Amino acid sequence: MRKTALSEEILLQVEKPARYIGNEVNSVVKDREDVAVRFAMCFPDVYEIGMSHLGIQILYSMFNSWEDVWCERVYSPWTDLDQIMRKQHIPLFGLESQEPVKEMDFLGITLQYEMCYTNILQILDLAQIPLLATERGEDMPIVIGGGPCTYNPEPIADFFDLFYIGEGETQYRRLLDWYVENRENGGSRQDFLRGAAQIPGIYVPQFYEELYHEDGTIEGRRKLYEELPDVVRKEIVTDVSDTYYPLRPVVPFIKVTQDRVVLEIQRGCIRGCRFCQAGQIYRPVRERHVDILKRYAVEMLQSTGHEEISLSSLSSSDYSQLNELLEFLIEECGQKHINISLPSLRIDAFSLDVMRKVQDVKKSSLTFAPEAGSQRLRDVINKGLTEEVILRGAALAFEGGWTRVKLYFMLGLPTETEEDIKGIGELSNKIAATFFETVPKDKRVNGKVQIVTSTSFFIPKPFTPFQWAPMCTKEEFLEKAYQTKKGIMEQLNQKSIKYNWHEADVSVLEGVFARGDRRVAKVILEAYRRGCLFDSWSEYYKNDVWIQCFEDCGVDIGFYTTRERSDDEIFPWDFIDCGVTRQFLLREWKKAQAGVVSPNCQEQCQGCGAGTFECGICPTAS
Amino acid sequence: MKIRIKFSKYGTMKYIGHLDMMRFFQKAIRRAGIDVKYSEGFSPHQIMSFAAPLGIGMESKGEYMDIEVCSMTSTQDMKEALARVMVEGVDIISVSVLPDNAKNAMASVAAASYLLQRKEGDYPVNDLAEKLQAFLALEAIPYTKETKKSVVELNLKEGIYELAADGSNAIRMMVNASSSGNIKPGMVMEAFCSFAGVEIPAGSYQIIKLETYTENAHKFVPLDAV
Ligand code: SF4
Ligand code: SF4
Repeated sequence: MRKTALSEEILLQVEKPARYIGNEVNSVVKDREDVAVRFAMCFPDVYEIGMSHLGIQILYSMFNSWEDVWCERVYSPWTDLDQIMRKQHIPLFGLESQEPVKEMDFLGITLQYEMCYTNILQILDLAQIPLLATERGEDMPIVIGGGPCTYNPEPIADFFDLFYIGEGETQYRRLLDWYVENRENGGSRQDFLRGAAQIPGIYVPQFYEELYHEDGTIEGRRKLYEELPDVVRKEIVTDVSDTYYPLRPVVPFIKVTQDRVVLEIQRGCIRGCRFCQAGQIYRPVRERHVDILKRYAVEMLQSTGHEEISLSSLSSSDYSQLNELLEFLIEECGQKHINISLPSLRIDAFSLDVMRKVQDVKKSSLTFAPEAGSQRLRDVINKGLTEEVILRGAALAFEGGWTRVKLYFMLGLPTETEEDIKGIGELSNKIAATFFETVPKDKRVNGKVQIVTSTSFFIPKPFTPFQWAPMCTKEEFLEKAYQTKKGIMEQLNQKSIKYNWHEADVSVLEGVFARGDRRVAKVILEAYRRGCLFDSWSEYYKNDVWIQCFEDCGVDIGFYTTRERSDDEIFPWDFIDCGVTRQFLLREWKKAQAGVVSPNCQEQCQGCGAGTFECGICPTAS
Repeated sequence: MKIRIKFSKYGTMKYIGHLDMMRFFQKAIRRAGIDVKYSEGFSPHQIMSFAAPLGIGMESKGEYMDIEVCSMTSTQDMKEALARVMVEGVDIISVSVLPDNAKNAMASVAAASYLLQRKEGDYPVNDLAEKLQAFLALEAIPYTKETKKSVVELNLKEGIYELAADGSNAIRMMVNASSSGNIKPGMVMEAFCSFAGVEIPAGSYQIIKLETYTENAHKFVPLDAV
């Protein structure tokens, strides 16, 4: 019978014990004697969030499809269990075997957002693995980081033995083979790391040193061994129709955030919104063949029994076979009583027609993400959405019976003025007015329209044209939110508009981590020691502690956030090659300041550099 | 067609709560390809009824669930199809067709039998069998049920149909499990402890539900015997 790492007493004491027992449908249990490599795959957040992540499911099924590898899942123990494990010295365990992570060969941690950084330390700490890579002994697992945050791994470089930059499907086999070979040859941990550094996409931070100018900016990097690469190029799957896909994803017992079959229809995005990191680092856009997706959908619904399916991609409306795929799903799912949850589509006649078929119009809402309040600023950020398109889409939707609209904007974008902020209220108002113009009084369901306008604060991210941009201070952010609120209150239809804004404190911290360097690591370590954990959960976020830690560690927040950067400043992440070149980004940064838009990949190739991967939408594709 | 499914729940599955078990079965029924009937409306759901919720931490050899199907080949086929999509800790024991006028599982429940198995060692009671007999022979068995909202004085006597030792490390009981007079085995143990003047922590024994009964012609019969 299955054993549990935690005693019955503990399991009956903690919230949601199902987070810790494994045994879910489609989870993979192997015999430890039959495998050569044991891999713990971790999402450093609570189970319900981690289990909803597609990337982990992809890698989990890929690893377990290899006979000699056993991959298990690990998530952050929630705060109640965290306390108990510390008190009783219970080592963190893999869900499948219920055996300690420290006995495994690898611990892979996916880094999806910066605010999980203290959770990385919790995972290591509870696993009883030294927090600093250089302090790990021969018998400790190799700790690997992956995911979008590895495009600037420097703030957390001290905690990882290696980073895998790019898509996991391509080089893991080679990395594990080298691991086994090295072990059979009696090689050491250092031997393994040196060999690993030769594998494309693999970065071993402890073999490099960051050098600084007197003013604190980066002078360059020194490497420990001659043979090490100077640049690490991201890994990419060139044909996404011919790769691993989790056809039997793990089905959780408890309700998780993404409790459904997820079909990834494409990777990358054709649009180059200048604030958006995903739009750059996942270039070029690569579509998955619609016939494959149809087959996946049927198989995955069968293997999981899920009652819902959704599509995943950065911009689903741009998928060329969307029409065919949705028609197929509506037909297939209708018969089987399966719900289709639509991604946010561009609002037009086609998408409204689809939405009407799969959602209850009365309950669903429309989403627009203009991101900026004026056309001028939308040109700066290269967001192709115009007011005319939004109002036309809204009118069409109101005629069709929709009454709820969600609008997303960003505050603090480069060149933003008071006029741009005013534009947020004005646009919200115009949408409300459109409702009253299009829908005659007697046809108004409960008489009104509901507009929810949300703003987040702009955070400059590496590998975007805005990587040079100064970020606002917390005070500036709050002032902008206040102005937005005021602007909305002045509108004629203000009663129909609800305004939400993000926390400013946490945005500032995210800004530091996003463009931080190795000197930030000690602050993260110190904050963790002083009890910071689950920083992405507002009820656990301790801003005072963080601010004190920056002060005590002598690290200046403004240096990373509000400082002006010169065109030729060396950035901590410059040694990574994500395809998109620095020249291209700089060109886009200049065009942004001049308010000039760039066509998207579909319209006209911009020669961004990702064409060197010779795949997807690029003219260089074979 | 109404179908009654009997299953067991044990091992790590005892940590899965009632609502999550329902979700588990909804997905399992889809994986098994059963032609289950759905409700009407915009988000239709499977027509499904559980006999009685089993608390987290308890095991069972006699759980019941009713579903309605549009078509089926045989109960044997359905049993096998379901068995193929289970996880460790849930076994399908039987599948039977109910008469069309049968009450649903939840409304049918009258009694349940339990085994309270010590996890380690014997019960700390001398002459366990005699003591239990004497306890059951009491005129009244008072029990104070405290909830967040109220305090109710109950007499458990009426609802305890059987109570006996099974060796020195296990106790068997059969109690009222109907919606009106449901008695939890822990309540009986509490009352017994104060009667015998001993302390037996609730975590020191495993509660295993053995069977769920309905009343048929003044006799208790298992739920799948209708
Ligand atoms: S549409 Fe713009 S914001 Fe969205 S993923 Fe593409 S580039 Fe990023
Ligand atoms: S090379 Fe051209 S088509 Fe390819 S991603 Fe870059 S801009 Fe788009």
